[in-house]
Amino acid sequence: MWDKGSSYPPAVYSSPTHYSPIPTGTHPRTNTPTLHVLTLVPADHSSRHQNMDLSHHGYRATKQRARPAPPTGDPVLFEDTSSAALGPSSQGYYASGYNMEGPPNDTQGGPGMNNLFADPMASAAMMYGSSLANRGQEIVNKEIGRFMSVNKLKYFFAVDTRYVLKKLMILMFPYTHQDWDVRYHRDTPLTPRQDVNAPDLYIPTMAFITYILLAGMALGIQKRFSPEVLGLCASTALVWVIIEVLIMLLSLYLLTVHSDLSTFDLIAYSGYKYVGIIFTMTCGLLFGSDGYFVALAWSSFAIMFFIVRSLKMKILTSVSSDSMGMGSSAKPQIRIYITVATAIFQPIIIYWLTSHLVR
Amino acid sequence: MAFTLYSLIQAAILCVNAVAVLHEERFLSKIGWGADQSVGGFGDEPGVKAQLMNLVRSVRTVMRVPLIGVNSVCIVLLLLFG
Repeated sequence: MWDKGSSYPPAVYSSPTHYSPIPTGTHPRTNTPTLHVLTLVPADHSSRHQNMDLSHHGYRATKQRARPAPPTGDPVLFEDTSSAALGPSSQGYYASGYNMEGPPNDTQGGPGMNNLFADPMASAAMMYGSSLANRGQEIVNKEIGRFMSVNKLKYFFAVDTRYVLKKLMILMFPYTHQDWDVRYHRDTPLTPRQDVNAPDLYIPTMAFITYILLAGMALGIQKRFSPEVLGLCASTALVWVIIEVLIMLLSLYLLTVHSDLSTFDLIAYSGYKYVGIIFTMTCGLLFGSDGYFVALAWSSFAIMFFIVRSLKMKILTSVSSDSMGMGSSAKPQIRIYITVATAIFQPIIIYWLTSHLVR
Repeated sequence: MAFTLYSLIQAAILCVNAVAVLHEERFLSKIGWGADQSVGGFGDEPGVKAQLMNLVRSVRTVMRVPLIGVNSVCIVLLLLFG
């Protein structure tokens, strides 16, 4: 566990005070892209689970690598809410979190106190190398930012443990969930941390990767495994996701359904069925063909219910472009058709992707 | 069926090619899908046919030139690697 709020361990090396550090270039302390989403979320996130999941850690580590300065603009997105309340010490948390990675890049303390190496040349080279890496990372971020909005993507990954657990429960048993509205905060949707109905991309990504691994294991059990098959399975599943998202986008565009479903939302909703796929395959592997069909039926109904309830909020109640009411008599029907067609498509895909793996 | 990513790319290229070769005045106007035949009143929902015609026209406008390059690359790859 990272010890939060403590500075980097005191110098056990000789402090090279006789050399001046090589200037490492300007850190974009004020240029970090902030997400103008949240201002009023309470910082008291006590009573969370004490153990954080490891992938959350891993994600946090790469986040730190990408940004040399702590993002002061959006502490709520990336504040760690799964442990005890941290509010005012988030600054120190970022400092210690960043420092845990390796030789610090001198953003927090005074100049020239990298007491890491006795050899000044090696530490100077280390600082230069890390500044080069930071520059490269900025360039990569800028290029990627041309194609898709990185801020919008960050919104989908702002999850915590509590949200993931609740969402998995809803995905597997959506019949008792009462309130399906996505809550807003001043016209912008809330992040998945505050609203359990908000779509996220963390669960679909993890479920997709787990599905690929499970498929490899299932093929290995049937003695049909080879590394190429793993890649083939991965690209097949990816192609189906892309096809489904494209069909959804095309139908939403052609039928002029003006909903606020973005591409990432559609990717998220179409990736949620991989949780059902994992459950089905696990039951099929453990309990044989009978367990497979029972689990297939269960997860099909659960996913259909979930998709219909979630998309109903987004598609059927969205504001159409004309409020005249002239052409709107056909609209609710079309929207219902779209929602139901999407829901029907899910079990077909679940069956298609898993039947050849569980004989 | 086992898709590879390359087969998806091939299918996409073929579909976009099919949309791009529809000629405006020789064909689309004859069957009533021309660009000047989508008379939509303001404040009215365009309808499926008008949206489809818009889509066809914009795909043709946007993808004409990049398709030249993409098709050439695809042809060279197919010649080299079968």
